[in-house]
Amino acid sequence: MAARTLINVPPKAKRGEIIQIKTLISHIMENGFRSDNIGKPIPRDIITAFTCAYNGEKIFEATLYPAISANPFITFHTVATESGMLAFQWTGDNGFSQEATAKITVE
Amino acid sequence: MTDPTPRMNTTRRAFLTVTGAALVVRPAKATPASMAAAIRQAIGETHVKPGRIKLNVPPLVENGNVVAVSVSVESPMTEKDYVKTIHIFTEKNPQPNVISFRLNARSGKAEVQTRIRLADTQTVVAICEMSDGSCWSDKVDVILTLSACLEDPI
Amino acid sequence: MTPAARFAIVIAALPFAAAALPSPAAEIPLNERLSAYEDMSRDNKAMQDDDTSNPGILAVLDGEMVWSTPAGASGRSCADCHGDAKSSMKSVAARYPAFDAAAGRPLDLEQRINLSREKDQKAQPFAAESKELLALTAYVAMQSRGEPIAAHEDPRLAPFIDKGRALFNARQGQLNLSCAQCHDDNWGKSLAGNVVPQAHPTGYPIYRLEWQSIGSLQRRLRNCIIGMRAEPYAYGAPEYVDMELYLMWRARGMKMETPAVRP
Repeated sequence: MAARTLINVPPKAKRGEIIQIKTLISHIMENGFRSDNIGKPIPRDIITAFTCAYNGEKIFEATLYPAISANPFITFHTVATESGMLAFQWTGDNGFSQEATAKITVE
Repeated sequence: MTDPTPRMNTTRRAFLTVTGAALVVRPAKATPASMAAAIRQAIGETHVKPGRIKLNVPPLVENGNVVAVSVSVESPMTEKDYVKTIHIFTEKNPQPNVISFRLNARSGKAEVQTRIRLADTQTVVAICEMSDGSCWSDKVDVILTLSACLEDPI
Repeated sequence: MTPAARFAIVIAALPFAAAALPSPAAEIPLNERLSAYEDMSRDNKAMQDDDTSNPGILAVLDGEMVWSTPAGASGRSCADCHGDAKSSMKSVAARYPAFDAAAGRPLDLEQRINLSREKDQKAQPFAAESKELLALTAYVAMQSRGEPIAAHEDPRLAPFIDKGRALFNARQGQLNLSCAQCHDDNWGKSLAGNVVPQAHPTGYPIYRLEWQSIGSLQRRLRNCIIGMRAEPYAYGAPEYVDMELYLMWRARGMKMETPAVRP
């Protein structure tokens, strides 16, 4: 199964309104510091970067380290400037890449 | 599914339970010194002052695998005066860096939330860098309670 | 040190350790029953309450996809026969484990899903604790959220409730503990950093912070059995289903919370 994302963006907002954006993505975030039950190290497999672009302009970024819990949850804010699309991207170890989008109508 | 905290920490915790002593060999992990180095790498040599930033972490944590954290910074978030970055560091996780957020004037409000792992009872530090280059910090001492009901790997 | 050994040390260090326990375990009066939700921190309650932040919802969304994806030689999906799960599966999970005439015994929800997968969809059953099975179970069980757990009055279930009760009250493992000694006699007290819950399975499959994933009631029972330093049963064993049935009967009338968050 592909990574599952859950994005919460208010579908409608007033121009200039500050909105909260909540994001959740399924990922094990294997921290690279553990061993399996026969003592073999388990290689790191984490999401290392998250970005959000609003109609193409980058409005938020995060760099993630192994101390972020499995199924990373990140919330942040932005000013609703115009109607359009918010594009989210997560990238990480082993070529991991996942995108999601959310529409917003600004009145 | 394996025990997500580094194994040595549980060993230490169990050891403490038995003996009440703290004598134990541990592998490389973050220390106050390595945290300080990580902070310097993130924000350079800028003097860090307390204030303007508020780190919210529960002081008593039920499970170190998932600890809800929020950070907010007092800022008008205008083109002239906004928060550029917010970083979270820990003292005793295997690595001091936890997460770094990059904001801008369009953020409107400098407030972020995430969920972090804590391998041990320790200090969590949040530092922000403002558009004028000033840096501010807050810290919380978190107690991680010993869980009795952990699980063998399946 | 294994978690089981750690648990043993913690148990031994506690005032209610085995030797000091009052012997007869009394069932919790119905009006004193509490979901383990009540024992959680404010942050963990908030995580469960908000569907945009509850990580269990990721599994539910996966389950919704499995529900509507054709599988097996039949080429049919769950939805092709059952339609919209929001109506067809409402309250269903609250009635499980339920008696299956062909098996001559109760099946839990995971087993019932796999039975339909084999018999109706003509597909390979999902492995125990597989992502797909947990996802589909969570999706079906969420349709019962807020619904009361059934009383399991089917008379054919009675002997299996009794078997589950006997297992719950039987001392087992190297610690010689029973489930009831913790969950009937000492709920609300602290076991190291944890509050001992009453053990009502109101929110399964649960997103457990300790697991950092969603897991079944059988996994949770296995976890406790290892904690008592007893030999766990194989997934799907009738003993587990009997215990699940007894626990659901014991939680009758309490509200379903799937997907619950637990530490």
